This record gives sequence, C-alpha cells and structure tokens, in this order.
Amino acid sequence: METIAMPAINFAAIMPETILSVIAMALLLINVFVPSEQKAYLGYLSLIGIVVTFFTVIGGWGTPQEGFNGSVMQDNFALFFKGIFLVSAALSILISDQYMKREECNHGELYPLILLATCGMMLMASGTDLMTIFLGLELLSVSLYVLAGFQRDSLKSNEAGLKYFLLGAFSTGFLLYGMALIYGATGTTRIAAIASYVAQNSLAGSNLMLLIGMVLMAVGFSFKIAAAPFHMWTPDVYEGAPTPMTAFMSVGPKAAGFAAFVRVFVIALPTLRADWADLLWVLAVLTMTVGNITALYQKNIKRMLAYSSIAHAGYVLVGFVAGNAVGTAGIMFYMLSYAFMNIGAFAIIVLVGKKGEPNNNVEDYAGFGFKHPLLAVCMSIFLFSLAGIPPAAGFIGKFYLFSGAIQAGYIWLAIIGVLNSAASVYYYLRVMVFMYMKDPVEEFDWLKVSPAIALCLIIAVAGVLIPGIVPGYLLELAQKAVLL
Amino acid sequence: MLESLFFLIVAAVAVLSGILVITCKNPINSALSLILTFFCVATFYVMLEAPFMAAVQVIVYAGAIMVLIVFVIMLLNIKTETDKRTSHAVLISSIIGLFVLFETIYFLNRSSLTGSKGLMDSAMIKSVGHTEIIGKALFTDFLLPFEITSLLLLVAIVGAVVVSKRKI
Repeated sequence: METIAMPAINFAAIMPETILSVIAMALLLINVFVPSEQKAYLGYLSLIGIVVTFFTVIGGWGTPQEGFNGSVMQDNFALFFKGIFLVSAALSILISDQYMKREECNHGELYPLILLATCGMMLMASGTDLMTIFLGLELLSVSLYVLAGFQRDSLKSNEAGLKYFLLGAFSTGFLLYGMALIYGATGTTRIAAIASYVAQNSLAGSNLMLLIGMVLMAVGFSFKIAAAPFHMWTPDVYEGAPTPMTAFMSVGPKAAGFAAFVRVFVIALPTLRADWADLLWVLAVLTMTVGNITALYQKNIKRMLAYSSIAHAGYVLVGFVAGNAVGTAGIMFYMLSYAFMNIGAFAIIVLVGKKGEPNNNVEDYAGFGFKHPLLAVCMSIFLFSLAGIPPAAGFIGKFYLFSGAIQAGYIWLAIIGVLNSAASVYYYLRVMVFMYMKDPVEEFDWLKVSPAIALCLIIAVAGVLIPGIVPGYLLELAQKAVLL
Repeated sequence: MLESLFFLIVAAVAVLSGILVITCKNPINSALSLILTFFCVATFYVMLEAPFMAAVQVIVYAGAIMVLIVFVIMLLNIKTETDKRTSHAVLISSIIGLFVLFETIYFLNRSSLTGSKGLMDSAMIKSVGHTEIIGKALFTDFLLPFEITSLLLLVAIVGAVVVSKRKI
C-alpha cells in the first residue's frame, strides 16, 4: 500500500477564502432558524464576516504566501483585489435588505450566495493554476446566475438569470477550451511553468495551439468583464436582476475577471505579448466606443449604467494594454473607485424605486434634486465620478490608465479613450439635468432611507471623494501591488 | 492499421450522431443520438488508455445526465414544432462556418500543432495504473481545485433550491 505524500498546504495563502466560506456555510444553517422578517440579521452577520476577512487581508499585506504546491499565491496583487471584492460585497449587502424586503423576496440564501461568490472572486485573483482560476470563476458564475434570478416572482429577473446562465455557460466553454489547448501545448496548468516552458522551447509565434488557446481564453475573460463584442448579455441581465445584485455583479466580477486576465496573460504568456497587446487594443477601442455610443440612447437608467459599465471595462483594458507599472496600478485604483461610485449610484436607484414600480426611467428623476437635495447631491457625485470629472476618484483613475498608455507609446489609444470619456459626460449629465432642471412630477414621499443604505452612501461618497482629493496613499498601495 | 481503421469507424459514427443531435426534429431522438455520441467519446478514451475516463463518461454523461435530459423533455411534453428560424440566420451561420473551416485547414497546413508530451506514457500508465494516477493527482497537485469543487456543488444545490422550490 503506497502512501500519498501530503502537499505543502499553507492555509495562510487561502485564509480569506476559508473564513468566508465557513461563514457562508454557517449562515446557511442559521438561516433555517431565522423567521423571514428578521433575515436582515443574516446580513449583519455576513458583514461581520466580511470585516474579519478584511482584517486578514490587511494583515497579509507585504508577505506573499504560496500554497497547495503552487495552486495559489496570495501576493499584494491578489490582496488588493480581495480588498475590492470585500468592499463591493459589503456595500451590496448594505443595500440588499431594504430592496429585498420591499420586493418580498428577502430569502436568507442571498447572503451565503454573495459570500461564496466573493470567495470565488478571491480564488480567481490569487489562483496561479489554470484549474484554480477556472473553478473560482465557476464558483462566482454559478452564484451570480442564481443571484440574477433571485426575484423569483418577477419575469424580468427570471429572464436575466436564464440569459446569464445560457450565455455564461457558453463563454465558459470558450475559456475552458483555451485552457485545454494551452495545457496541450505546454503540458502544465501552473501559469509560471507555462511561461518557462514556452520560453525554453521558443513556442511563441510558431505554435498554433498556444496561439488559439490564448485567443479563446481572451474570449472567455472578455465575456466576464463585459467587453465588446462579448457584451450582449450585459444590458438585459443588469436590467432584470434585483438592483442590489446588479450593483454587486457590475463591480466584483468585473474586477475578478481583470485580476485573472492580467495574471494569466502577464505571467503565463509574456512571450506572446505582441500578439495579445494587439488583440486587446482592438477590444479596448471597440468596448469603449460601443459602450458609450449605445449608452447615449438609453432611457432606462439601469440599462444606461449597464452600457456605461461596458465602457468602463474598455477604459480599464487601456491600462491593461499599456502593461507598465502606471497602467497596471491604474487598473487596480480604477476598479476600487468604480466599486464605490457604481454601487453608490445603484443605491440611489434602489431608493427611488417602490414596490412594483422600479422608476428606472430617466424621466422619473424629474425634480428629484428639489425633493431630496442630499440624495441628489450624492447621486451627482457618483455620476461626476463615473464621467471622470475632478475632484472625484474616477478622474484620477482614468488619468493613470491613460497616462500609462501614453508612457507605453499607445498615444492613439489614449486619445480615443479621452474622446470616449468626453462623450460619456452627455448621458451622465442628462440624469442631473432631470434632477435639477425639471419640475417635480412625483412627490417622492415613499422614499425612506434605511440606516444600512445611509451607511452605504456615506462610505461610497467618502470612497469617491477622499481618493479623488488625496490619491497618494491608495496609488502607493496599488503600485506596491503591481505584478511586474 | 486495425486500430486506425477502428478509430475511423468510431469517429465517423461520432460525427454522424453529433449531426443527428442538432438536426432531429424530435427532441427524444436528439437525446438518443447524444447518448451514441457519448459512447463514441468513451471509446476514444479507451483507445487513449484512459479507462477511468471512459467509465466516468458512460456512467455520468451517458447515464445520469442523459436520464435527466430525457426526464425534462418528458416533463415539458413539447409537441409542436416551435422552430421558426429565418433563412437569413441559416445563410449567415453557414457562411461563417465555412469561413472558419477554411481558416482552420489553411493554418493547419502552415504551422505546427505539436505540444508537450508530458510525463505520462503507455508504459507508465500500465505500470502504475490509470485510476491511481488520477487519484494521486487529485490529492497532491490539484488538492485545492478538488476542494473548490465541493463549494461549487454546494452553491449549485443552494441555487437549485432558491430558484425552483415552491416555498422557501
């Protein structure tokens, strides 16, 4: 009888994931004993879990941990992204309870699913093996399919869940095929080993299998980050999903997709850089332009934010194409500030809606600024930041993404990006025009701000303004987390 | 010689039954053709000296998953033909399909498609055993992915309950 030698496990490398998944499973059990009016307590418990996890993330900063024979690597890059995921999960949980109660679907399974999705994102950010990254992505995706269809009585929500599931499964096929071809070409799934095998045997440029694998993986990841032309699912899913879940899936999964995308392409395929930089250049231009132009025509504010999130994926791709320290730090800074501004905007959308009447059209915001000045100011701050107007964090993020591109010699890409960003101001400002320059049609008397949403708004406004005015500290953190 | 002849026969059956899956009007016939495809793929695994994969293919795919598919078809009880595809879609997709086919043939003739051979060869699989190699890999190199799979299954179960149970 042969014994199997235990691999070097090193739990420190997966500490955040372990804590989150244990809490998620505990919540599933506790959920059975909580009556349905009090499901909010599950939300508070999961927030405590997220805070604890956040401290382990901070504690791990600066000491890279490798675990499971090289399946995961918790370095600063992974930790920074884990911070983004935790922020987006926490903010989404804060706005969930009021919405779910209003729409009568406050089932307790919501919180474990959010936590497990976050766990999947973390595995994507720290995975150094294609298998880990793929399974992290699946864990994330399966949770998101359910969360998109969570409002079971709403046809729109059902449609969103089903559409996301079908198209997501399809894109997973591309990603997996790409990974299989790369495994076939190099004989390993560890991304560092892939890089050294490709370099030793000088496969780059001559080996077709490797090249097709790379392209297919790019397709799979592009779907997750909603880059054009793989963005078709985004508007329908964002519109139909429960609003807090739209907020969650517009930020966290996008950041996770970028984390895995960057790590696989930068570490495993640096020798193919010329090929994939060209590919991503085209993707970036297409994504920015398609996203912004289509957003101009949207009447529904959730659809508008969906197209705007496609455009934002385009801006971040610019930083990825640049590939230097400034561009990569820009990606991380931008994703973090995007978490604050986008979830903040969705929090206001949650507040403006009422049961059965989502009030999602831009016209529904007429006169909102006179009835609820404070909330309208918050919304304006988020929209300014999304448009990239100083002193909001969105401006600093875009500045670094584009200056990274200029430093790397992609002048045209930066110019197209800035032009796109200018065009986007139109549709963000239109909401503000309705809020401040039209006479109120509604009284907005149903509007009630729960303490949780107030806390979410305060955090989001602080998260947009403080890094926008004093960006130095966060940028320094992001620069320490760069993979290069 | 005999082996490649056998391969060609099985491959032809696999392709034919694959085409039948998407061309049959009756969903039950499609499902049955899919079973045939799965069996052909299982045969390929045997020829590649991966008997464990072949067994899993038959038990899980041809067995469990197909029962599920047929069960759902019976449950939905689709009678009428709902397929009203426009000729545009057929035309465009066949043009794209032909384009991709020619592209593939062109590139296959021009560049190398070789990859790493890896550690496993026939002699090693014979001496250690195929199932043992998989088991060992799962508990050493792929221990973390193996554990993540358990979380994935948990999410799938919770999700199925949330989406479909009448009262939760």
